[in-house]
Amino acid sequence: MTTLLPGAPDRTETTEVIAPAATRIAPTRTGITVIPLRDGVAPAERRALSTVTTSSVFDVVGALAGGAALATLLFGWFAPLTGVVGWLLVAFVSFLLIYTVLASFTSTREEILDRVVTVLLGSAGTILIAALVFVVAFTIIRGSEALPHINFFLQTMETTGPLDPIDSGGIAHAVVGTLIQISIALAITIPLGVTTAVFLNEVGGPFARFVRTVSDAMTALPSIVAGLFVYAAVISLITHQRSGFAASLAITVMMLPIVIRASDVVLRLVPGNLREAAYALGTSRWRTVWHVVLPTSRSGLVTAVILGTARGIGETSPVLLTSGVTAVMNINPFQGPMISLPLQVFTFIKSPEPGMIARGFGTAAVLILLVLLLFVIARTIGGRGPGQLTERQLMHARAESMADVARMSARRATLSPLGHDRGLAVPPEPAPETEDIK
Amino acid sequence: MSAVTFTPRADVRSTPPASGPRRIAPRAHIADRIFQSVAVSAGAVTVSIMLAVGLFLSLRAKDALVVAGPSFLFEQAWSPETGVFGIAAVLFGTVSIALVAMSVSVPLALGTSLLISEVLRGRLQRTLISIVDLMAAVPSVVFGLWGVFFLQAGIIPVSQWISTYFGWIPIFAVTGADGARLTEASAVTSSAFIAGLVVALMVVPTQTSVMREAFSQAPVGEREGALALGSTRFGMIRAVVLPFGRGGIIGGTMLGLGRALGETIAVYMIISPIFTINWEVLKTGSNSVSALIALRYGESSDFGLSALMAAGLVLFLVTLVINFTASSIVARSRSGASS
Repeated sequence: MTTLLPGAPDRTETTEVIAPAATRIAPTRTGITVIPLRDGVAPAERRALSTVTTSSVFDVVGALAGGAALATLLFGWFAPLTGVVGWLLVAFVSFLLIYTVLASFTSTREEILDRVVTVLLGSAGTILIAALVFVVAFTIIRGSEALPHINFFLQTMETTGPLDPIDSGGIAHAVVGTLIQISIALAITIPLGVTTAVFLNEVGGPFARFVRTVSDAMTALPSIVAGLFVYAAVISLITHQRSGFAASLAITVMMLPIVIRASDVVLRLVPGNLREAAYALGTSRWRTVWHVVLPTSRSGLVTAVILGTARGIGETSPVLLTSGVTAVMNINPFQGPMISLPLQVFTFIKSPEPGMIARGFGTAAVLILLVLLLFVIARTIGGRGPGQLTERQLMHARAESMADVARMSARRATLSPLGHDRGLAVPPEPAPETEDIK
Repeated sequence: MSAVTFTPRADVRSTPPASGPRRIAPRAHIADRIFQSVAVSAGAVTVSIMLAVGLFLSLRAKDALVVAGPSFLFEQAWSPETGVFGIAAVLFGTVSIALVAMSVSVPLALGTSLLISEVLRGRLQRTLISIVDLMAAVPSVVFGLWGVFFLQAGIIPVSQWISTYFGWIPIFAVTGADGARLTEASAVTSSAFIAGLVVALMVVPTQTSVMREAFSQAPVGEREGALALGSTRFGMIRAVVLPFGRGGIIGGTMLGLGRALGETIAVYMIISPIFTINWEVLKTGSNSVSALIALRYGESSDFGLSALMAAGLVLFLVTLVINFTASSIVARSRSGASS
């Protein structure tokens, strides 16, 4: 029961108080931090820190109601105005005006400006998020007409005409096409992209700077130009037919700079002292990369690849030029046209028939859900900094270092009778320092 | 203490001075040399793919550019078969769509990023960041669908309203060939304005996350200094956050601009293509370089393809210049090259 601070004189069981009692009241020397006595001071009531007051809430609510009422009045009776969007516009402007007037009753000019700007920021965020969520929800809701039909996922459009009801035909061929194309693109992008990022970070030099500049420039490449390049270089010169492989190449050209850039950022976050520790232990360069840098940034790299995949899956314009349109299942990427989900959406909605449009929305909903799924996976894996371990990884690391400790002490135990234990001074049970892995 | 200086022993000093500093360059292990060459060759492959794109575009575009000459930049019509073709109209359309998009997306992105980084805290802040990041990955064809099936019909009254009350500003007028004002709905359904709105929604998540990233790095000490001097939150934003994040604002805007210029599918689905310069953004009929390529690549002869390549090359050069300007501005600003 040792207390280091002279702040608890009531505790009678205290046996050693290091600072003498006199220093608490009158410090005899300067430069000593003294903690004041708290005896007899009643704890104060906790202050409310929230800046939201009832009147500011009423200002917003009242201005909203006033704006809506004024807009309705103008649209219904006074002025020849029509349309939902126009109503929203007028309501918003009158809301701002009323709010400014309300704020001016109690505030100074600077405070009025602050409150109005805060409301403006809130409106910008609300408008943006509402619009974005509406875009996605609109597609999913319109697509829900096609989604409950199981044939939509199992059949192709081979024997289904534009006028056939929605319970015949499906997008199985487009799903398979998307999976094949993205797999080929990933098989090229992941090794090439990650190795290039490793090159940029771990090898360096003037050539690495050049590579970084070029790949940054390539993020500016419009996707249609990537498609045009593959169309002119591969299709019209070599294969003379559109194929899934050509589409994968176009997607690769689009994805590669994204993956390189994202991996580059992730690798840059690996703490330098981890690398230095590895080098100081005499580790060679590639072993440092393989056993220290890459495992440390694994979650970030996976996130980079998944986000690149999400972008690659949704690309329509490069695929439009390179993969060709078909209604039949084609699992050979080198022979014949192979359609993918975004292109299938595009093909469906070019038709004026409502059945085809419903299928188009269904396909778009599948595409969105796929991207959403990829994004959620990326968030679950990523989101942790490099070297931050999950519970399971931590347990694994702990078990490994326990095993190391056991192995080392066993080795020492066998060596010591032979007289090799000079200066080793083996402690009986060395404490494993597993927390250092962080 | 200062008296203790290190003096080399005599026998050390007597070594021949010719030895010079010791060589410390290590000889790499064989495995390391393999690793190094693999890494370098991966970089080389990447660069060669990317240079191949640029070189191939330039080489194939040369045929068309030689025929068209400088009129390629000033001719509005697109008919490579007769040798009369140029990108004046499509480039104008591209830029007008992108400018409409920017005028909508930049205020929205600026407001939302300030809201996320300055006003909201805790769970709501994290949720909004996730939503914005997620929206950056939504495929462009989805935005195109929304534009065609919802916005095109829904925006007609707004377009008509603007053209009625602000028609005296030339770019907001909707006039026919004889200069008379058009009022029917079909005159405003497939305009650069609608395409621009859809493109704005597509690029706004990218812009928002770049700007938010820059704002969130504004130094806490300066923020607290401003607040301690009695500034309101907006005063602090004006005095500290906005100047600090200026690089992020410009960089994000230009990154979005680059994407807006290159956007194909949503624009292709919405506009009705024309090959004349149309100053009236609300009026049906516009075009863009990427929509032109998507429209004409299939029916093109070899020479037609070369002409499309030339158009694609111009578009690529424009986006390249914008991207590099953006990244150099961001890198030079105080918030630094974080992305």
